[in-house]
Amino acid sequence: MGTERFSWPRPFRPRIPAAGGYRSNRVLRRNAAWARLGALLERTPRGYRLFTATERVTKEQLFGCRMCGQCALPTTGYTCPMTCPKELRNGPCGGVSPAGACEVHPELRCVWVQAHERAEAAGHDDDLDLLHHPADHREWGRSAWVNHWRAYERPPEDPGPLLHRRLGVTPL
Amino acid sequence: MSGGLRAALAAGRFALTAELGPPRGADAEEVTRKAGLLAGRVDAVNVTDNQGARVRMSSLGGAVLAGRAGMSAVMQLTCRDRNRMAMQSDLLAAGALDVPHVLLLTGDHPRFGDHPESRPVFDVDGVQAIRIARTLRDDGVLMSGEPLSARPGWLIGAVENPFAPPTRFRARRLAKKVAAGAEFVQTQYVFDIGQLRRWAAELVELGVPERCAVLPGVGPIRSLRMLEFLRTGVPGIWVPPEVEKRLRGVPPGRVAEEGVRLCVETLQQLTEIPGVSGAHVMAFGFERGVPEILDRAGFAPVPCETDRPVAATGR
Repeated sequence: MGTERFSWPRPFRPRIPAAGGYRSNRVLRRNAAWARLGALLERTPRGYRLFTATERVTKEQLFGCRMCGQCALPTTGYTCPMTCPKELRNGPCGGVSPAGACEVHPELRCVWVQAHERAEAAGHDDDLDLLHHPADHREWGRSAWVNHWRAYERPPEDPGPLLHRRLGVTPL
Repeated sequence: MSGGLRAALAAGRFALTAELGPPRGADAEEVTRKAGLLAGRVDAVNVTDNQGARVRMSSLGGAVLAGRAGMSAVMQLTCRDRNRMAMQSDLLAAGALDVPHVLLLTGDHPRFGDHPESRPVFDVDGVQAIRIARTLRDDGVLMSGEPLSARPGWLIGAVENPFAPPTRFRARRLAKKVAAGAEFVQTQYVFDIGQLRRWAAELVELGVPERCAVLPGVGPIRSLRMLEFLRTGVPGIWVPPEVEKRLRGVPPGRVAEEGVRLCVETLQQLTEIPGVSGAHVMAFGFERGVPEILDRAGFAPVPCETDRPVAATGR
C-alpha cells in the first residue's frame, strides 16, 4: 500500500469466508439487548468512540471497511461494496474485464464478482436482488452496528421476486 | 422529425437508435451535421455524456441541438460527474426542454479519461439514478419528498453489459433496473451472439422484455487498430477469439469491409432473438456509414411522424 497514489477506494478481498460473516450476523442482528447497548453507547461519548474504534479495526481487517456507517455486508456475501472505486451498492458496473478485473484497478478483482461468488456459494444470491438506497453521507465514521441496533438505517427494498410475470409486483 | 423511440416501441416496430458523440467545442454545427447523417434512418440518437470520461459538450446541450435538427434524442446522464442534486436538476431541465428520452448510467471512471486528476462523484449508482428519475416523473416529487411544479415526461433508459462478469448476474441486474423504473435498455457492443442469446433467454424468463424494450448494441470494427483498442482500451468489451480470427484472417485492405459485414450479420441475427425489440448502433466517428449498414441489414428508413407531445403530467 506504500505506493498508493489514489484517494479512491480499492477492491478488497475479504479475509474470512462469507460463512463466517453470516454466523456473526446471527449474533449481531438487532434485538432488545443490542438496542439497549446502542442507546447506552450513544449517551456516553467515550464509550461510543471506543466501541466505534473496535468496530473499525475489526471490519477494516476482515473486509476493508471504510466506515460508511450503513453496512451492506449482510446482503453482499460479506464483500464490501464501498471498496468498489465507484462505491456501487446495487451490483457491478459494466466495465468489469472478461477475466473479472476491476475497471479502475485492473490488477485487482472486482468486488462484485467476489460478492456474487461468495453469496452464491452460501446460498444467499437472492440478497443481491435487493434495491439499495443512495448512501447517507452524514453517517461516515459512525458505528454501523449502533445504527443497525437503533434502527436508524434505511433497509434495502425487496424488488419483488424476480421471476416470470412477478417482476416488481411489490410496489416500491 | 422522426417519431422517436417511444413511437417505434408503441408501434411494435424493430426500434433503431444510434450514438451521437457531441463535439469537443462550442460547436452546434457539428451536432446538426451528425444528426443530419442519421435522420430518417434511426428512431432516436443517443447523446453521450463525456463518454470515456473525456470532456465534450454536455449531453443536455447536445440533446437539445439534436432535437432542433429534427432528431429525437436520448440524453445520457452519468453518475460520475454529478451528485444527487445536480442529477435531479439536469433531469428537470431535460423535461422542460422536451428531451423525449433520458438514459441513466454509472459512467466510466475518470482514471483513464482526459482529466484523471478530477474527483469522481458517484454519489448514487445507475440503479438509484433510474429510481430517482422515476420518482420525479411518476410521483412528481424530489428525493427529498418536495413536490414538483410540473412533471417531466421523458422515457427512462438504462444500459447493461451482458458480457461482463459476473455474467450469470447480468440479467438480474437489468431486472433490478427495470424494477427501479427502466423502460428501455441498450447494451454494450455485441460480438458474442451466443452469450447475448443466453442473456436474452434469462430476461424472457424474468419477464423483463414485457416491461422494458431491449436494444442490443452493435458497431463495425473497421481496422485491426480499432480491434486492439476495443479489446484493451475500452472497459467491459468482449471480443471472442473467433471474431478476432475472422478479422485477422482477411487481407489488411479488407478488414473494414469484413467488420461492416460482421456488424450487418449481427443486426440481422438480433431481429430473430426472442425478447429483443431493437438495436443500438454505435459507430463513433463513422456516422456516415450507418445508413449503409442499415441498408445492407435490410432496414428501411424509419417512418417520419411528429413526435408525440411530451405530456406535462407524465406518460
